Amino acid sequence: MSDRPGPLDYSRKLWLRLWLLAVFVFLYAPIVILVLFSFNDSKRNIVWRGFTLDYYVKAWHNAPLIEAFVNTLVIALIATAISTVIGALVALALWRFRFPVKPLFEGAMALPIVIPEICMGVALMAFFARIGWPTQMPWPLSLASITVGHVAFCFPFVAIVVRARMVGFDRSLEEASKDLGASEWQTFRYITLPYMQPGLIAGGLLAMTLSLDDFVITFFTSGPETLTFPVKVYSMVRFGATPEVNAASTLLIVITIVLTVIAMLLQRPDKELQA
Amino acid sequence: MSNGGRPMVQIEQVSKRFGNVAAVDDVSLNIAANEFFALLGPSGCGKTTLLRMLAGFEQPTGGRILIDGEDMATVPPNRRPVNMVFQSYAVFPHMTVADNVAYGLKVVGVPAGEIGPRVEQALAMVRLEGFGGRRPDQLSGGQRQRVALARALIKRPKVLLLDEPLSALDRKLREEMQLELVRLQQAVGITFVIVTHDQEEALSMADRIAVMDKGKMLQVAPPQELYEAPNCQMVADFIGKMNLVSGRVTGAEGTRLTIETSGLGTFELDRGYVPKGEVGIAIRPEKIQLLRDKPNGELIAWPGKIAQLAYFGDSSNIYVELESGLRIACTRANQSRQDSVAFKVGDPCWVAWQPGDYLLLDS
Ligand SMILES: Nc1ncnc2c1ncn2[C@@H]1O[C@H](COP(=O)(O)OP(=O)(O)OP(=O)(O)O)[C@@H](O)[C@H]1O
Ligand SMILES: [Mg+2]
Repeated sequence: MSDRPGPLDYSRKLWLRLWLLAVFVFLYAPIVILVLFSFNDSKRNIVWRGFTLDYYVKAWHNAPLIEAFVNTLVIALIATAISTVIGALVALALWRFRFPVKPLFEGAMALPIVIPEICMGVALMAFFARIGWPTQMPWPLSLASITVGHVAFCFPFVAIVVRARMVGFDRSLEEASKDLGASEWQTFRYITLPYMQPGLIAGGLLAMTLSLDDFVITFFTSGPETLTFPVKVYSMVRFGATPEVNAASTLLIVITIVLTVIAMLLQRPDKELQA
Repeated sequence: MSNGGRPMVQIEQVSKRFGNVAAVDDVSLNIAANEFFALLGPSGCGKTTLLRMLAGFEQPTGGRILIDGEDMATVPPNRRPVNMVFQSYAVFPHMTVADNVAYGLKVVGVPAGEIGPRVEQALAMVRLEGFGGRRPDQLSGGQRQRVALARALIKRPKVLLLDEPLSALDRKLREEMQLELVRLQQAVGITFVIVTHDQEEALSMADRIAVMDKGKMLQVAPPQELYEAPNCQMVADFIGKMNLVSGRVTGAEGTRLTIETSGLGTFELDRGYVPKGEVGIAIRPEKIQLLRDKPNGELIAWPGKIAQLAYFGDSSNIYVELESGLRIACTRANQSRQDSVAFKVGDPCWVAWQPGDYLLLDS
């Protein structure tokens, strides 16, 4: 055999380890610094001045910031739920049926993914203006236009993930289920859905993260009064990044991580189907 | 069964077309209650399609299917009194063995208290006691197959459909499972319809066999009849090995025919009917005697020399080239350890058979 190291042997090479380290630093250092500096006792937030939780308190009392934060969470949750359902249905339709305009349908579905976000934002804005979408509505309803916009660009991602998952599904499982006396619905509930579940969770998480941090489309579809977290942060940062922004961002990161962990726990194989 | 001798399955002029392809073409067939019935035929001949029409996964484009006297045209798969064992087994991967077996009872609302014992019983029937807690990926192919069997049998169907249930198993396991299936069928008293392209499997297991080709039903008969009296060249060729020569009817006196063949001369034959024009003459290889000297008596004998030997252990195939150039295969059981070396390639010999061993086949 040759003296060349095998694929795993490379991890013993110094340069490779350094490279790996550099990648991790590049990826995670900004986030770590963001979190660390949320505890920084300094207004200008450039050098470390000591530990404090003041800015968490301050962020908490910053009513517009909290409102934007809540808006973002509400939009993300609703948009994720709707996109997951629509995306899953689209994926099922594409997976299960053959119909005349299928390639066209498939292309049209993927369009929101490839269209530049800015175009989509402008298009949605024009659309809402054209149909006369009411802009002055009480709170939860005022989020509707943004939510619709988010669903429009999130569901194709869900559809693609779920569709990819379904490729490996053995159709005879469904036939076996019906053969054993299960109705169409029981077959879906006990056989198809459990198989789809990891795809649904992955797709849903993807939709959620896309919605949480969306700036462009939100910016174009929000009414005059409505602010979401990313938009609010942007306007705050324009006047200098304070630890307050860091604090709120850290909270968002924590929420995202918690949701991901919950999703992964739900996905544990032995938790599937307690019929 | 108390259905007054009515067939369990009645297939009446059933056809199934996929676009231009007639996967099943005008098939009529009755299957009796309690019968072990095999559908046999080459790949693509429509066996699976016919079975799927019985299960309700395909709708016939012509004709009708009755099960236990009831027309199945409008009955969906989940309401038919039949269950199917799929070629891929289709064991639910996310459920334990016990949950798989219980599934068919749960979905129709059988009380939980009744399910447990019946699952135990079904698992015992296929000899999988103690496997209830396992997941399908912890089972061997043969075990998965038995889970699929138990899952179908627990429903107590009137007809059990099996689509090449043994084709994924190795030879030894397959032979074991063949015996097992026959034992099960006798134990549960359910009509079995099994699809196979393995003729030995069909011959050894089934009460009756239907041979299909290109969507058509060629012959339906018990194994022995199918083997000894095939009704056409295709069946003769498909079931077992066969020496086939083409012939021509040159004269007929009642049903007593004079047949001129290419390679086996001209002889007379009476099979009780008069075929038209070209015919096939066939002899099974194991009916042919291989001799060193010309036999006397009423045997038909031809001289030739050994052209090729193929040794299979329990038997050998010996190919003899006649003086006319015709090659005749004959099978000899290797009854003693020396027997297989008795003939060598090039040895002169005689092949002989009884006149009654000729098969007369329409082309
Ligand atoms: N859904 C379908 N659409 C179009 N043609 C089909 C379909 N199902 C089967 N066929 C065709 O019908 C014919 C019979 O197929 P079938 O699956 O019944 O064969 P089979 O006898 O089971 O073969 P095998 O032994 O290979 O399983 C084939 O020519 C096949 O191509
Ligand atoms: Mg088949």
